[in-house]
This record gives sequence, structure tokens and C-alpha cells, in this order.
Amino acid sequence: MTLLNDLTGAPPGMTGRSLLLRLSTLGAVVAGTAGGFAYAGGWLSPGLLTPARIVDRFEAVNGPHPGFRRNHAKGLCVAGRFAANGAGARLSKAALFAPGQVTPVLGRVALAGGQPYAADAETTVRSLALLFRQSDGEEWRTGMNNIPVFPVRTPEAFAAQLLAAKPDPATGKPDPARMAAFFADHPESARAAALIKARIVTGGFADSTFWSLNAFRFVAANGSVRPVRWAFVPERMATAETPARAGQADRNALFDTFAAQVRQNPQRWHLVVTLGRVEDPTADATQPWPPDREGVDVGTLSLTEVTPEAPHTCRDINFDPLVLPDGIAPSDDPLLSARSAAYAQSFTRRAGEAKAPSAVTGAPNPGAAL
Amino acid sequence: MTDRFNLPARLLHWTMATMILAMLLIGAAMVTSLADYHALVALHRPLGALILLLAVLRLANRWRHPPPPLPADLPAWQRIAAHGSHVALYGLMLALPLVGWGMLSAARYPIVLAGPVVLPPILPQSPMLAASLRHVHTGLAYALVAVFLAHLGAALMHALIRQDGVFASMAPWRSRR
Repeated sequence: MTLLNDLTGAPPGMTGRSLLLRLSTLGAVVAGTAGGFAYAGGWLSPGLLTPARIVDRFEAVNGPHPGFRRNHAKGLCVAGRFAANGAGARLSKAALFAPGQVTPVLGRVALAGGQPYAADAETTVRSLALLFRQSDGEEWRTGMNNIPVFPVRTPEAFAAQLLAAKPDPATGKPDPARMAAFFADHPESARAAALIKARIVTGGFADSTFWSLNAFRFVAANGSVRPVRWAFVPERMATAETPARAGQADRNALFDTFAAQVRQNPQRWHLVVTLGRVEDPTADATQPWPPDREGVDVGTLSLTEVTPEAPHTCRDINFDPLVLPDGIAPSDDPLLSARSAAYAQSFTRRAGEAKAPSAVTGAPNPGAAL
Repeated sequence: MTDRFNLPARLLHWTMATMILAMLLIGAAMVTSLADYHALVALHRPLGALILLLAVLRLANRWRHPPPPLPADLPAWQRIAAHGSHVALYGLMLALPLVGWGMLSAARYPIVLAGPVVLPPILPQSPMLAASLRHVHTGLAYALVAVFLAHLGAALMHALIRQDGVFASMAPWRSRR
């Protein structure tokens, strides 16, 4: 064993047996550490649902649209401010709720789905994403939909629903049998779908209520913590007549109507925070909270500007719902972390791709405006 | 006493070894996790900032208190590998947190450390740059895993087989010899 002693630099007195044992120990420690990395990185669990696989599924269902968000692909940038009335200060220590505080806001209105050039349709889920910029450098980002509950409870159910709802190439609609099978497996989603279908679909973005969907926690200056959900409730009276239904040829009717409304007058929403009780579900976004829960109006959002997506606008912002200021904290809802992870994955992919102009220009004649 | 690293060097080494090992595992788990993504990212950011700070302190200490010399009988290739891997380790300890900070800046995320404590951006907003730095961050992290494993293997080689005092010079306990 003197050759091995020479090769390894072991002292001449070390026996071959001892040397081999020591080499094996060394190998085992290094291999074990490498195995730990492989395990942590998911290489040993090939079937694992990862953020990348969720975004892959969006791409598979919607086809490639480089540069666009993988979901809520069609949108328009907005800007304005949030004026706190002070009622939220006892609920959350976030600076934006202090009495008289006015916080600049930028955001995005969009339609759910991964098709950036789809024609507006009244029943497509509408979203409002907002970024509140506090003067201390903290931000609050939130992405909300005009549906009172979320269709699924877990990330796994979300991925299954994406696949089940994939339009059949022959009919252009989801296969009813697959949707039925999905609902049979996920009864909570069947109940949520009924609530979503029963909602009143208003005329446009400006008279839509946008719900937080997930539960969060408000942390007050005195340390008290409350489960909350919130909604942005429009000041504008709801109308049932939609431009799309009125038979206009404009494929961007919802966006163009909203852009015209904002240009005419600031569009306002009240931020109403619903205070949950201990027995209210915080980890199940498919379930509504009882209607008698206290709602606190904490201030007014005024949207005063609309801008088509372009560099350095809302296009380049990830409205990650877990970018929260001190005073707002996540709940135990598993969708929140999953949304954060999938949004980050979608953001990194589109950030690195060449961008095409948005179909939405905010003007009624997109062709002329371009 | 020149045959050992000084106490600050040994303290920094073992503290950072634990932190970097944790950081690499957190990083690997984070990118594949849905349920724990947020909790892991919330830990990853302040830990990265702390590693950057400690790496700077450590380089300053190393400059003022040079490490003990390697054994005279160490083969030349191992001497070169030892120096090269230490340059790589220090470079990665500094580069990984800086690239992470830069990519979050370019993506226009607020860089929250804890509670209301937010770091300022170090790069202007640029999605393309953010995406490139995100990939560079992953590449450098794999490189750090590789150098970490090589360092671990070499340390065990010195401790268990060569028994030449190299491991003892950094060991948290005093050698019997």
C-alpha cells in the first residue's frame, strides 16, 4: 500500500486498511453533501410540481407568446394614488394606512388568461394589480380579480384545473368530461365555480369590484394580528350593459372604454378590509367568509392615468402578492407562496425575451394608434 | 502561534461555512418549491446580505493577519489548487450576494431584509439585465457548490489522511500535537 500512501500523501506508518477506511469516510461525507444538494434541488423527485412546471403548463395550454405575462397577458397600465382615511391605522401599522397619508400607486388592469391578443369578452375574469410605493422604500403589491372566491384551493388543484380547462382544438372549448372529472375530484372547486358563475358581471373595469381572493394578516402597531381579506369597491354605479355586448367591433372594448373613462374623470374605488374571525378559513380561497363580517373602509384609490404597456411601465413589474410592507403579512393560504413562486418564474422568463407591443393601446383604433 | 489562523478567522470561517451550506441548500430548495418558496426567499435575502458583510470583514482580517503557510512538502499542483480554490471561494462569497442584490434591483423588487428594513437598489431597472443576472446567479451558485465540495474533500484529505497540520490550523479545537 506504499503506492497509495505516496499518492495520497498519507504518513508511511498508516496501514492500508486504515487508509482505505479514511478515504471511504472522505468519499461518503462529500457524496452525502452532494446528495443533500440534489435532494434540496428536487433532482431526486422528478414528479414534483415546481414553479417552472406550472409556468410550462401555461405555455403548453396557451402557446408561446414571448415577452408577455404567462397569465393575465392582455393588460393596460394605470397610475394614481391612494388616500388613507385613517380607519386602517388601528388594524395595520403599514405607513400607507396612516391618517391623511397619500401614497402613489401604479398598477395594471388585465384579463385573465395567457392570450395577449384575445378579444375582450365580458365573462373573462378581470384583474386589477396595484403597487403602492411608501416613502420609506417599502412596497405593497397586490393582484386581485373580479371574482369573490378563487376557483381552487391548492397549487396542485390549480395545475390540474389548467389542464382540464385546456380548450379542445376541435371545439375551442374545454372538454366537458374532463371538467366534470376535475370537479368530482375537487368538490370545493365545484362550489367556488358556482359562486363565481353567480356573480354579477358589471359593464367594465371601472364598475368592477376586485377581491383579494387570498386571506392575509394585518399586524397593528400594538402587536395585534387579524386575519383579513379585502376588496376594492368601485364608486361608479354598476351597469350591466357592456360595450362588448353592445355589439361593437372593437376587440379591446373593455380596455378602451376604461381608458376613456379615466381620461374623463379619475376612477375611484374604496379599499374595504374584511375582518375575519378565528373560525374563518384563511387557508382555503375557494370559501367565502360569512357575509356578516365587519368591513372597514380604509381609504380611496383614485386612478388618474392610463398608459399602454411599454418599457419601465407596469409591463416590467411583477405584481407578486407577497411583496408586503411591515404591517401586512401572509396567511397560511398555500396559494400565496405558490403565486409568488410562479409569478417570479413567469417574470424571469418574459423579462429575458424580446417584447412585442401590447394589443391594448388605450385608444379605440389600435391600428391607427400604432 | 503562526501555525494557526487567528481566532477571528476561525470564528468567521466556521460561522460562514454553516451559513453558506444553509444558503446553498435554501437556494436549491427555493427554486423548486411552491409551498415553502416565500419562507425560503425571506430567509435567503437577509442571509445573503449577512454573508456579503462577513466576507468583507473576513478579507480585511486575512489581509491584516495572513494565513499560516502551507506545508513545505505539499505537491505543487495541490498548492496551486489550494490557492485557486480560495480565490474562487472568496470571489463567489462576494459575487453571489452582489449579483442577487443587482438582479433584484434590475427587476425593481424592494429588497426587504427584515420587517421595514429595505436595501437600496444598486442597478437601474432593466428586465433583460434582471433575467441575465438571474441566470448568472444560478450558474455561480452551482460553481460555489462545486468549490464547496472540493474544499470539503481537501479539508478531509488534510485532516484524515495527510495529517499535515493544514486542517488543524483552521480547526475550531486545539490540536493534540
